Amino acid sequence: MSKYQIRKIINYFNLVAALFVTALGLFMLAWILSVLFSKGFQYINWAVFTQMTPPPGASGGLLNAIFGTLVITFFAVLIGTPVGIMAGTYLSEFGGNSRFSSTVRFVNDVLLSAPSIVVGVFVYTLIVEPQGHFSGWAGAIALAILVIPVVVRTTEDMLKLVPVQLREAAAALGAPRYTVTLSIVYKAALSGMITGVLLATARIMGETAPLLFTALNNQFWSSNMNQPIANMPVVIYQYALSPYEDWQNLAWAAALLITLSVLAMNILARYTLKGNGAR
Amino acid sequence: MITLENGPAKLAKRAQNSGVLGDKVFRGTAFFFAAMVLAVLFGIMLLLLKEAWPTFAHFGFGFFYHSEWDVVNEKFGALVPIVGTLVTSLVAIVIGVPVSFGIAIFITLMAPNWMKRPVGIAIELLAAVPSIIYGMWGLFYFAPWFANTMQPLMTDTLGNVPLIGPFFQGPPIGVSIFTAGVVLAIMIIPFIASVMRDMFEVVPTELKESAYAMGSTTWEVVWKVILPYTKAGVIGGIMLGLGRALGETMAVAFVVGNSLELNTGLFYPGATIASTMANEFNEASGLHMSSLIALALILFIITFIVLSIAKWFLLRLEKVQEGSKT
Repeated sequence: MSKYQIRKIINYFNLVAALFVTALGLFMLAWILSVLFSKGFQYINWAVFTQMTPPPGASGGLLNAIFGTLVITFFAVLIGTPVGIMAGTYLSEFGGNSRFSSTVRFVNDVLLSAPSIVVGVFVYTLIVEPQGHFSGWAGAIALAILVIPVVVRTTEDMLKLVPVQLREAAAALGAPRYTVTLSIVYKAALSGMITGVLLATARIMGETAPLLFTALNNQFWSSNMNQPIANMPVVIYQYALSPYEDWQNLAWAAALLITLSVLAMNILARYTLKGNGAR
Repeated sequence: MITLENGPAKLAKRAQNSGVLGDKVFRGTAFFFAAMVLAVLFGIMLLLLKEAWPTFAHFGFGFFYHSEWDVVNEKFGALVPIVGTLVTSLVAIVIGVPVSFGIAIFITLMAPNWMKRPVGIAIELLAAVPSIIYGMWGLFYFAPWFANTMQPLMTDTLGNVPLIGPFFQGPPIGVSIFTAGVVLAIMIIPFIASVMRDMFEVVPTELKESAYAMGSTTWEVVWKVILPYTKAGVIGGIMLGLGRALGETMAVAFVVGNSLELNTGLFYPGATIASTMANEFNEASGLHMSSLIALALILFIITFIVLSIAKWFLLRLEKVQEGSKT
């Protein structure tokens, strides 16, 4: 065999391997989704949305858990978004490349990938332990800490895409800097910033680890954020590993619901960004 | 009252006055929240250190290398979870990096244009699937399949190779350090692949085309032109994936087997820092609690270092690219 042929064979072999691993990656996604549908879909019925989580051996639904997840997620996003947007605004509009903003940028990127369970422990020692009981607020704050880095990052990136000339044009008309930022720059970057918030929401909706130590779980209906509150991820965790078949079935139904919501939100976020033409 | 004569001047002045104060307030608020990001980091470090202190004071340096984890007799050593964390992540990297590399090559060089975006999004959706879903799928579907097919195959082949043989031994129960590593690999592939893809896409076309013009095959272009050019970014992406794998909790808690015994075989059940915390935290108190928080601190510091290295490599690449542009 000539050297050229050997090179060609190596080339084909590696490219086929690349094709194969890509197919493997897609297959994994398909496998996970098909498991979720085949196990979970049959248990999704009216009761899931209207009844409370049952005691072992009884039938029931997920109403309190769905409600709890929505409330905790809502407050986490409500707390985390303004912090993230303002911090991102500082980095893009005021900080430049100063030492302070470089540090913030660096720390933010580390927090973006930091283990969520450590955040859970942090909020436990910060809020749950001094208060003496688990609470929905602690859960919301733990998730808010996970929201912040995502929003900071996307806000900064999106604001930086806004042309400097736009800011200068507004400033030349006599607008003070905050007006420039609030009514010109934000407007131009709005869809990108919304994308960031949506991505952050998608990220925290399925987060389990931080909620284990903060919001915990509640078998009954509760809308009191000062008390432990039911939520989907912890219900899935407890029910999936339980020996009761009813609970396991509910866990699969919950798993399908939460995954579909998270994936839908992700796709929605991408669509928002694409509509803007920013990418 | 604004008249025609003094209107513009007055307006400008008013804008200026309100502007000065408003700017200060706005800038101050933005600064405050930016500083809050730093405060979160220091808050985590300090609070965890304070809560973990009883453990460090009680066990001293031995906490890091003792393998006992005895809740009843309150003897705690972090060796098993630390080793478990490192080994599962290492398995994840060994499997995940080549796969991510292949995916990045496929999307940037091989796929027809209409395919790039959907395939890219599908791979990225792997990152969006919640960790706990990987856990359920891993425990009820992947682990049994793996124990029945792949594990005997690997024990029969790799298990007989001298030196590395003992690593591929263990009971065929499915939940093991290795299974956790494989599930982690699937979870970090989207992160590594997406960094690699972004890197590969910015390689100047001239470079690639010159190599093709010299008669290089596609693989040679990848291996000898694209990879050297994007080396720093690729390492950064791998480190980013490693950082994610180290701290992953729920998926690992489901499939790792949660055994705090030290084994050489990768097919034995084990534990990681995060899985130990998820399992024991809510029943812990006193020294046990403090030891778990010490574990959390160790995990946070390890991931902090790994992610800092990742960031350093990615930043370096950014600077190089900015330099070559001007």
